This record gives sequence, structure tokens and C-alpha cells, in this order.
Amino acid sequence: MNYRHIKQLALLAALVLAAVASHFSGAINAYYLQVVLFIGINIILATSLNLINGYTGQFSLGHAGFMAVGAYASAYLSSEHSAGLFHALGGASAFSIAIVFPLVLLGGGVAAALAGLIVGVPSLRLKGDYLAIVTLGFGEIIRVMIQNTDAVGGPRGYSGIAGYTTLFWTYAVAALTIYIVVSMIDSTYGRGFLTVRDDEIAAEAIGINTTRYKVTAFVLGAFFAGVAGGLYAHTTTYINPSGFDFQLSVQIVIMVILGGMGSTAGVAFAAILLTVLLEYLRFVAGYEWLPDIVRRIAANRMIIFSLVLIALMLLRPQGLFGALPRMASAGRKSIKSGPGPTIPTR
Amino acid sequence: MMQFWQQLINGLSLGAFYALIALGYTMVYGVLRFINFAHGDVFMLGAFCGYYLTPRLLPHFTGPLAPVGVTVVLVATMAICAIIGILIERLAYRPLRRMPKLTVLITAIGVSLFLEYAGQFVFGADPKAFPELMPDRALENTGALTVTTTQVAAFAVTLLLLVGLTFVVKRTRLGMAMRALSNNSTAAALMGVNIDTVISFTFGLGSALAGAAGILYAISYPSIDPLMGVLPGIKAFVAAVLGGIGNIPGAAVGGLILGGVETIVAGSAYSTYRDAIAFAILIIILLFRPAGLFGKVQVEKV
Repeated sequence: MNYRHIKQLALLAALVLAAVASHFSGAINAYYLQVVLFIGINIILATSLNLINGYTGQFSLGHAGFMAVGAYASAYLSSEHSAGLFHALGGASAFSIAIVFPLVLLGGGVAAALAGLIVGVPSLRLKGDYLAIVTLGFGEIIRVMIQNTDAVGGPRGYSGIAGYTTLFWTYAVAALTIYIVVSMIDSTYGRGFLTVRDDEIAAEAIGINTTRYKVTAFVLGAFFAGVAGGLYAHTTTYINPSGFDFQLSVQIVIMVILGGMGSTAGVAFAAILLTVLLEYLRFVAGYEWLPDIVRRIAANRMIIFSLVLIALMLLRPQGLFGALPRMASAGRKSIKSGPGPTIPTR
Repeated sequence: MMQFWQQLINGLSLGAFYALIALGYTMVYGVLRFINFAHGDVFMLGAFCGYYLTPRLLPHFTGPLAPVGVTVVLVATMAICAIIGILIERLAYRPLRRMPKLTVLITAIGVSLFLEYAGQFVFGADPKAFPELMPDRALENTGALTVTTTQVAAFAVTLLLLVGLTFVVKRTRLGMAMRALSNNSTAAALMGVNIDTVISFTFGLGSALAGAAGILYAISYPSIDPLMGVLPGIKAFVAAVLGGIGNIPGAAVGGLILGGVETIVAGSAYSTYRDAIAFAILIIILLFRPAGLFGKVQVEKV
């Protein structure tokens, strides 16, 4: 029994576990169930961003945009266009939902993948700071475009989405995402991603098509983010473009960095940790026996998040499970290196 | 046609703010090869400095002394912002000088977020009305165009600061040290330039300009809130890239161009995309002329 078999067995076990848990999920408190669902969604988001940021080294700050595209596309599909399919399957039943929902999610994912393609192509020649700002810009542009699209509600948001998301679907997708990403990175083809991250010029020199890998990373990462968005839309039943802003992108980035860029187990763990922390902070804000200032800081979770980010970078930049970043002895990549600026060149 | 000239005038005054902020970005990049994400938030802090200082300082300068009072507020804000900039550099960026650029980039994002949300926490998230520093009237003799006193003041102060900055960069020893550092940091260190001091000075200078921009902006658009620095910060970055990052006159020109374009878009049929136009310009510039208008085209040697 080799590694590949172990992975496949693990995937199967995860799917079975998710199905069983989902069957009994009616017994859990509705609030806890919601939190567990969010954990699953965040795992998918963090893993997909890890593919772009951690494994391929493309620092993307616009992941919330892909999630938004997936959320809106799948919501639109399930609200407006699923009637025909349901009719063909004999009305709305558990069985027909189990056919329609994955298709709707897939639709959302494909739409997001398209967005990933559009974002990935101009990003090919950009590095570091420029890539970060351009992806941030794309995230904002996507959000503004959704806000200006009245067909999906515009600034008022999109409501009335059917609540198809269950524990099973969320964790099945999460397990699948992890399986696909890990399998791909472990494969011979997948080594290319790591090469692009480590030294792009050397990669080109040995014949790796960096263009293809970068675009693939963006498209795949966006696809899974889109599916996560679809799952999100079908559990909150109301989405608004302002919920998919830079703040959300940063939260996902923090999960990836905390977990250690380039470690799927790490980012999954960090996703769980941060989601739970976020919810816990909500409670802390409600504890009356704490001094008022502590409560107010807990209520402003972004202050804590930003301090965590700074502290992480100062004290442990590799995150919890990652490897130490290439030290500046390699020369080229630190701030105070050599004469030339590293603006993108022709 | 008159509409166009009017838009141009409005655009130039908006461009003046972007130019001031862009100067800070470009100077820090020239010296450190790093985009200081938190720069836009120093701009915001400048506006809030003005908000808190004005009611305390301005009443002391009544009547004809009022312009002196305004200048005092401006200078005080610039000093405070310079100190804040230097503090940020010492606490957050200096320990990471040997680390890969990605680490510092993430730290800069963290500092930016911290300033924004701590600002919300300390100042309150709701927008505040900036106190009136100078009367805002339209000038008399301009014919069909409307030019307000605030526009003139903003433009004049920007011009003054630009001249001052050029003087510092070209005629003082510290300015020469800045240029040396941006050209070749190792050689500069070997020539006896104190890297730490010069970097601190650069940050201080850039932050002072951002603080001034904050006050001027708040005079023209008197509603301030802790998140006001995000969008102008990003747009000023685009302006700096447009002009050629690392190039000081380029940043000024880039700011003016961006301000003009944005105002024209805002006045046209596509006004909802006025914020997106900056990103569009960024993408176009990075695709077709990454060195910017005035930058040197660098060939990457392998």
C-alpha cells in the first residue's frame, strides 16, 4: 500500500465520515452547525489560495473576488435556471437536489475559473508588490462590477437563495479540494509549481513553461474559491457584494500565512483555528466581566488580525507549519540587494 | 468645451493630492525597493491630526493672523506624521531588512490594516466633519470657470512642497545620500552613508508630505473617516507607477495625470467606474510600459 493508496483511502474515509456526520447534523445546535460549515468553506478557500500563494509563489490579494463570482454565479443558476432541470427530475426532492446542487456549484466554479483566467494572464509578468496590487485591484473591480449589476441585486444584495448546503457537501468538497491539490503538487507535473515559486528564471531555463503553471494555478485556485463561494451563498441564503471585499481577502491570506505558505495541512489547520477564533471573539465581546476595553478590542477583530499578521512576520514568518523563507544570502530577493530595482521588465 | 476645462481644473487639484502622496511612495521605493502599503494611512492620520489640532491651535490666531494659524497647523501635522512614519519604519520594517521582500510586503499590509482599524477604534468609525481652516469661495475674475480658494491653496501648497522637496533632494547632503542609496546601497554604505539614518529620514519626509496631503484633502472634502486613506493610497501608488516608480518628478506628473483622468471619468457617463479607472491605468501601464513615463527601462540581467 503506497502513498497514493493512502491518499485515496483517506479521501474515501473523509467522504463517508462527512455523509454520516451530515445525516446526524440535525441534532446539533444550529449555530454550531453554521460555524462548522464556515470552517469547511474556509478550509476550501485557504487551500485554494495556498495553491496560488504558497505553492506557486504568486502573491494574490484578490481571492475574495473569485469567491464572489462563484457565489453569485451559482446563486443565479440555482435561483433562475434550475427550474427546468428540477422539472425533468420530477420536482424538488432530496435526490434531485443532490443532482442539481453539484451542477450549480460546478457552474459557480467554472465562472470563477474564468475570472481566474482573466486575472492570471495580465499577472504573468508581474512580481511581488505589483502582483499584489493588481490582484487587489481585480478583486475590487469584480466587486464594483457586481455592485453595478442590477440583475443580481446590485448593492442591495441577492436574497432568497435556496439553502442546499449541508455538512456533507461542504466537507466532501473540502476533502476533494485537499486531495486534488496535494495529489497535483506531489506529481511530476505539480513539481513545476514549486519550481516557479523557487526560481522562475531557472525554471524557464530548464524548460518549465512558467506561463502555463501560473495561469493554471490562478484558474484552479479560482475554481475552488468559486465553489466555496457557491457553498457559502447556499448556506447564508443572502449575499451582498460588500461582504466580498479586501477584508475577506486579507482574512484568507492570514490563514495561508499563519498555516505556513506551501503546507496544505498547515493552512487547513489555520483555517479551522482562525474561524473558531473569530467566533470566539464574538463571545468575548459579550462577556460582561471583562474590562470594557478588552471587550471593544475583541469586537474589532481586524485590529487583532492585523497585529497577528505583523507579529507573525516579525517573529515567525514561516507560519506554523511552513518552511523558513529563502534567506537573503541568496541575495536577489531581499530589500537591500544589489543595484537594480525589480520593477517588471520588458 | 468649457465643461472640459472646468473638469481639468478640478482634476488638477485632485491630482495635486495624489502627487503629494505618490512622492512618499516613490521616495521609499527608490531607497528601499519596497512599496509601503501603510502610506495611505499616514495620509489619513494627517487629516485626523488636523481635525484634532485645529480647534486647539487656530483660535489663537485670529483675524489677519489666520493664515499663520493654518500654516502652524499644517507644519505641526507634517511633523507629527513624520514622527509616525519614522516610528513605523523602526518598529515594523527595520527588523525585517534582511528578509525576503514578501515578508515585508505582508508586514506592510498588516501595518496598514492596523492603522485603519485602530483608527476606527480610537477615532470612531463614523465620518467626522473637518473644521473649516479657510473660507471656501469661488474666485471672482475667472470668467466662465469656477476656481475656488481651496483649490488654489491646495495647488499652491503642493507646488511649494514640491519645490522644497526638490531642493532637499538636489541640494542637501541628506538628499544626496538618498540619491546615493537609491542608486547603489552597498556602494553608498561603503562611502560612509549611514543607511539607517537616511532611511528614517526618507520615511519621515515622505510621511510629512502625506500628512500635508491629508490636511489639504480634508480642506477640500471635509468629511474624514479612518478608512479614507485606502483608495487615495492605492491611486497614489498607481500615480507613482505611472510616472515611473523611484522617479520624483514622475510621481508628481503621474499624480496630476491620474487626477485629471479620474475627474473626467467621474464627470462622464461612466461615473460609477471612477475608482476602477485607476486600476485599469495600472494594468495598462504594467503591461505596456512597466518603467512608467519617466522611468528607465531596466533590462533584467540573468
